[in-house]
Amino acid sequence: MEIIGIIILALLVNNVVLAQFLGICPFLGVSQKVSTSLGMGAAVIFVMALANLVTYLIQFFILVPLHIEFMQTITFIFIIAFLVQVVEIILKKAAPALYQALGIYLPLITTNCAVLGIAILAVQKNYSLVESVVYASAIAAGFTLALILMAGIREQMENTGYPAGMKGFPMSLIIAGLLSLAFMGFAGLV
Amino acid sequence: MSQLKYFTNGLFKENPSFVLVLGTCPTLAVTTAAINGIGMGAATTFVLVFSNLMIAALKDLIPNKVRIAAFIVIIATFVTIVDLVMKAFTPDLYATLGIFIPLIVVNCIILGRAEAFAQKSNVVPAILDGLGMGIGFTLAITLMGSIREILGNGSIFNIKLVAEDANTILIFILPPGAFITYGYLIAIMNRMKKRYNI
Repeated sequence: MEIIGIIILALLVNNVVLAQFLGICPFLGVSQKVSTSLGMGAAVIFVMALANLVTYLIQFFILVPLHIEFMQTITFIFIIAFLVQVVEIILKKAAPALYQALGIYLPLITTNCAVLGIAILAVQKNYSLVESVVYASAIAAGFTLALILMAGIREQMENTGYPAGMKGFPMSLIIAGLLSLAFMGFAGLV
Repeated sequence: MSQLKYFTNGLFKENPSFVLVLGTCPTLAVTTAAINGIGMGAATTFVLVFSNLMIAALKDLIPNKVRIAAFIVIIATFVTIVDLVMKAFTPDLYATLGIFIPLIVVNCIILGRAEAFAQKSNVVPAILDGLGMGIGFTLAITLMGSIREILGNGSIFNIKLVAEDANTILIFILPPGAFITYGYLIAIMNRMKKRYNI
């Protein structure tokens, strides 16, 4: 039951983009087309679940026993950058088809602040290993959901007229605001 | 005198929040009150100035191939310093800003300035650039924090502007208000840039 609660909270109620403001850069940058958002979303789900697994192990088997918790930020960002590289190399060798699909999105993930943010948050929330990985997957799924919704709306918006000054970021941000308003309706679900 | 332009560049012409649209996450997340803007801005400015200084000073020692990794170590070091100092001296502000303090490490403004400016320049211009960008960022998020606090809470810097029981537009201090305020501010900035040809 607790696991289901974590999933619903992470996916809908506290949506990572629309309620917690993490990962805004890719959300605004890679949301022009539904197909590219799907690719980005899949890559993020994969890396985030893996990153939370590894950072959990590092936190509780290295940082805490050695009493060097203050090294958390610096270690985590390194692990994430390293993981992204490793995933890229492995995928290239083992699953070339998947690599073709995700390839260009992988390097972008290092700068996705949601990955580092969620790894730190999972530690702060005292989740167990399983909970932490489930939490990361649900958060990443929420990110994908927001990205796809945004891309769908932006594809439609291309055929509508709006003031020139609103082109680009302003319009995207206002769409995001309305989406966020809609997601507030999920509050109190759990 | 000619070095002054490195400083003023970040204030308006290349304002990180409104023109370059970098560092969007903290801009949206912490601006529920004007005071948070100043706190977050000061923390980011500190990291920006010192990482620019270090990178400009060490640029000849850092091999080109591992420069991003080296920049991240330098930035993460200063972020850890800010994190520990704020935890010790301003616990309330630290609690409000929460996760966004360690996340300064992935704030694209800092890595962006390291890559685009500090690694090619001397120490003094790099410091001025960091200071200008940092203050530009601080001004931008404090402005946004003020707008959201006035509309959403009827106060500024915790000073009440309306009667205690007056209705305020609560939505502006909730997440949707952040996106909408930011969207309109960038639109106004675009319009001003066009009209005054900056």
